[in-house]
Amino acid sequence: MSSKSSLTYRQTWWLVFLIMSGPLFGLVYLALTGGLGANPIQFMNRYLGDWGLRALLVALSMTPLKKILGWYWPVRLRRMVGIWAFVYVTLHLTNYIAIDQFFDWQAIGVDIVKRTYITVGMGAFVILFTLAITSTKRSIKRLGGKAWNRIHKYVYGAAILACIHYYMMVKADTLPPIIHAVILSILLALRLWAKLQIKKPVKTHQTG
Amino acid sequence: MLIKRNFPWLSNKAIITPEHLFRQRRQFLKTGAAALAGGIAGGVFSHQAFAAWPKAGEALDAIKKTAYNPGETLTPYEQVSSYNNFYEFGTSKDEPASAAKHLQTDPWTVEIAGACDKPGRYDFEELIKPHDLEERIYRHRCVETWSMVVPWTGVPLGDVLKRFEPNSKARYVAFETLHDPQQMPGQRRDVLRWPYVEGLRMDEAMNPLTLLSVGVYGRTLPPQNGAPLRVIVPWKYGFKGIKSIVKITFTESQPPTSWNLSAPREYGFYANVNPSVSHPRWSQAKERRIGEFFKKPTLPFNGYGQEVAHLYKNMDLAKYF
Repeated sequence: MSSKSSLTYRQTWWLVFLIMSGPLFGLVYLALTGGLGANPIQFMNRYLGDWGLRALLVALSMTPLKKILGWYWPVRLRRMVGIWAFVYVTLHLTNYIAIDQFFDWQAIGVDIVKRTYITVGMGAFVILFTLAITSTKRSIKRLGGKAWNRIHKYVYGAAILACIHYYMMVKADTLPPIIHAVILSILLALRLWAKLQIKKPVKTHQTG
Repeated sequence: MLIKRNFPWLSNKAIITPEHLFRQRRQFLKTGAAALAGGIAGGVFSHQAFAAWPKAGEALDAIKKTAYNPGETLTPYEQVSSYNNFYEFGTSKDEPASAAKHLQTDPWTVEIAGACDKPGRYDFEELIKPHDLEERIYRHRCVETWSMVVPWTGVPLGDVLKRFEPNSKARYVAFETLHDPQQMPGQRRDVLRWPYVEGLRMDEAMNPLTLLSVGVYGRTLPPQNGAPLRVIVPWKYGFKGIKSIVKITFTESQPPTSWNLSAPREYGFYANVNPSVSHPRWSQAKERRIGEFFKKPTLPFNGYGQEVAHLYKNMDLAKYF
């Protein structure tokens, strides 16, 4: 697809929206057909966490697509994809608090303090939450483009924390978290590379 | 079963005969023997003497009911056999049920080695047939905080071990799982160090609770549950219950164990179920029984304290976790 796409922007937006909602519908389908296995709570926990991180990686690949391939349309979908990442991560956290721990605040508190991977995961959530509530046009206006941009750079931190969280929670099979971390590394390296490329020329307007 | 005993002429044949022909012929002989036993011999010979050991997933007979029953709702067979940690067949819970389907468990021999007077290679049936099969309903607590209640079929491990006459140097017993990446795709990646190894202190192995299991729900073990034989130590976390055993060694010093090798801070040699000793990454205070929504408190020694707490009388269980 080039910028002279046969799809209109609106159509593309909806198409990507539907794709991003796929894992959620997949989960509902599995739940309705008894496909969640013997331990559905744990299954949902993994599933929602996995897709939260993957959606985040998709959101983070929008800007490199523009920089490398010159596609502009993905950047315009970035916010919607990011919100989907937030939706999956929030469902992941809700599943942990409301279903897995069933509001056992004491146990949750102990987890956050004593289990490093949960501390790290919570850190990622706090960042994503901040970004989600400041994702409106009004917020951009209120904060000013520059400040808003700076705040939203924290998404890199959230993604790194999410990868660490994932890596730390697996028992022995570190391959899946490593694959996600490698993809994130590539996405971040592309940014660094792009930044070094435009270091020399006079200051131009940059987007994240 | 008669045909399978270790007659030297037979084992030589087995070596030079291609596997599939060997199996076909054995099947033919089995069928013949069964027909003979059923049709002609009738009541003269006991069914047991002639019957082939049931294949994977088939019903076992003459299982003695026992008093080992916590009186809790059983976890359905469907879940016991579809939610498995058996990394030899993949690291997800559902992979083993499909990837282990074709595991060859017949013939199956177990090597007995180390500090005992009767080492050697024993056929699966030689190990099991001299004993009465028992059904024991045990709580099964995974280190990952889920649990089940499972009606295992098996024989007390201690009764089997005694027959090899362990000597005074036998202070521990080490177990080894089959190492066969051809059949066990999970072993093609070094997720754990293969083969999987586990071990028990001799008094733990000889405790009447410790079971050498060959079945579940009155049938032979499905491959994903560790066919054809595995250990069940109900007061320990599930990973101590090594599956598809091919070697048992009596040792003088504490044998290495797979999960302990993989993450020594997280998995100890003893791995007794203990609600007051957390795993570094999660609490062990509660567990979720498969099929239930609310977590329930985990019991010390998984509720088997009366039978086994004395084994650890003067030990610091936070240190020897």
